[in-house]
Amino acid sequence: MAITTHPFLETIEKLRVEILELEASQVGSSEVSPELEAARNQLDAEITKVYSNLSRWETCLLARHPDRPYTLAYIHDIFTDFTEMHGDRRFADDPALVAGFARFDGEPIAIIGHQKGRDTAEKVRRNFGMPRPEGYRKALRIMKLAVRFKRPIITFIDTPGAYPGIDAEERGQAEAIADNLIEMARLPVPIIVVITGEGGSGGALALGLGDRVLMLEHAVYSVISPEGCAAILWKDQSRAEEAAQALKLTSETLKEFGVIDEILTEPHGGAHMDPGAMSSTIEAGIRRHLRQLKKLRPEAMISRRYKKFRSMGVAADR
Amino acid sequence: MKKGQGVPRGLWIKCERCGAILYHKEATANLHVCPKCDYHFRMSAHQRLDSLFDGGRYKTLFNRIRSADPLEFTDSKPYRDRIKIYQKKVGPQDAVVVGQGEIDRSQTIVAAMEYAFMGGSMGSAVGEKIALAGERCLDRRLPLVIVACSGGARMQEGILSLMQMAKISAVLARMREKRLPFISVLTDPTTGGVTASFAMQGDLNIAEPASLIGFAGPRVIEQTIRQTLPEGFQRSEFLLEHGMLDRIVHRHELKSTLATCLGYFR
Ligand SMILES: [Zn+2]
Repeated sequence: MAITTHPFLETIEKLRVEILELEASQVGSSEVSPELEAARNQLDAEITKVYSNLSRWETCLLARHPDRPYTLAYIHDIFTDFTEMHGDRRFADDPALVAGFARFDGEPIAIIGHQKGRDTAEKVRRNFGMPRPEGYRKALRIMKLAVRFKRPIITFIDTPGAYPGIDAEERGQAEAIADNLIEMARLPVPIIVVITGEGGSGGALALGLGDRVLMLEHAVYSVISPEGCAAILWKDQSRAEEAAQALKLTSETLKEFGVIDEILTEPHGGAHMDPGAMSSTIEAGIRRHLRQLKKLRPEAMISRRYKKFRSMGVAADR
Repeated sequence: MKKGQGVPRGLWIKCERCGAILYHKEATANLHVCPKCDYHFRMSAHQRLDSLFDGGRYKTLFNRIRSADPLEFTDSKPYRDRIKIYQKKVGPQDAVVVGQGEIDRSQTIVAAMEYAFMGGSMGSAVGEKIALAGERCLDRRLPLVIVACSGGARMQEGILSLMQMAKISAVLARMREKRLPFISVLTDPTTGGVTASFAMQGDLNIAEPASLIGFAGPRVIEQTIRQTLPEGFQRSEFLLEHGMLDRIVHRHELKSTLATCLGYFR
């Protein structure tokens, strides 16, 4: 378990540790001790209080919580027979983005998602979930394979953004993202997008052009990180809190803007408080939308996808 | 129409690269290219359209589309006020001007981005105008040229500016399917969400010399990797070498190159 030091989570994190210790000391006992029950009740009450009034910045911090489940955990819970596939066949494999095939309700399905690391070594190996061009090209390779065999595609989005490095630029980061966008617009199979944590800019959108876009309650999706926005607008990264507020990057607002189709409610306290329950909610969401999409003929599906993205944005016409 | 935005106003101008002092008129006649060192000054959208269409004749389209303020965004001043200031200073048409006319006697639609309008940033208005341009090409079976000149997505429209990348991509994907040519022209600078969408989706990607082209801005990369970037990094020549561009074309040859290339696909 990882504990954050964000002030708004201080009491909650303390209680999480306390409960964990109490649980450990009572392993084997069939009864719940009064202290444990009291601590659990206190945690519930504290979460209810704090979460009823989260600022957008606090939601960002939750979306980045170090205990938040990552793509492979969801894949493990939701699908069976997952086999990961590696490499873009051009240059390298990108561990910041995982892809492969599995079964969902017995049917083969393609899965693609950003992957962050849990410990320091894995964080570095997975580049903090920031893909290089190879990641996007691997994703597209798997998507095209899915099309050839008429398999639906599920994508999981959780990235601070595409990696801003010399090598990524040399190998065409922009072209890789652009190519995914133009190809995903016309793929003749259902595409369901699930934004699970951080939806960071173009690096997120490169997996985001789908028939349905579902978003976890405390996930965020934005054109730029609050820190980046603050650095540009106020020349001061520490004003990220204000930037987060102004960017309106939380699920409720994005639903109003029509950018996402559905908010997936998180367990009390967030996905990391009960990853299994979160997986069940995502699974039910995927099942529901997939059932609807499978009824559509490919041409109708592509034409609806076109209308969906064509209508995005708010401009005046005078 | 506004003239002379690419080159600072006044009788004389100084070349930013070689320091040569030029007559303003001389630079304009030379398509805003320094006759001494070939430095390409930034052009306004109208100057660009003037330079590409036969006889500088074209009609502008979708002029009624304006930026709104869906997020009610405020930084040091409200976005709403910022838009008004730029509309007064640069023109009402936001960061892209769409023109239809003839290039070498063939009807073509050209969308030219306007850097002077908030750094050419792409918000919903830019997205809508380019999407409409593409749809008009689909309706009338016309080729499309987009001249990019932009710092990327317009932060003040938040996620909606990111969605313009998807919106335009969807339209261009349709053009691809209907076998209508789209040529992307990348000029200095083309970065961020504009590069990571339509600017890199051309059937051909053509750049002006020495233009800054990339996804992440150089400053962001320097901060991330904590080292200074090599000379020429993210310039047109670098991208050509790395296989991201079909050609680098001098501004004097751009119109004829477009005419020739569009001819291959007509
Ligand atoms: Zn010069």
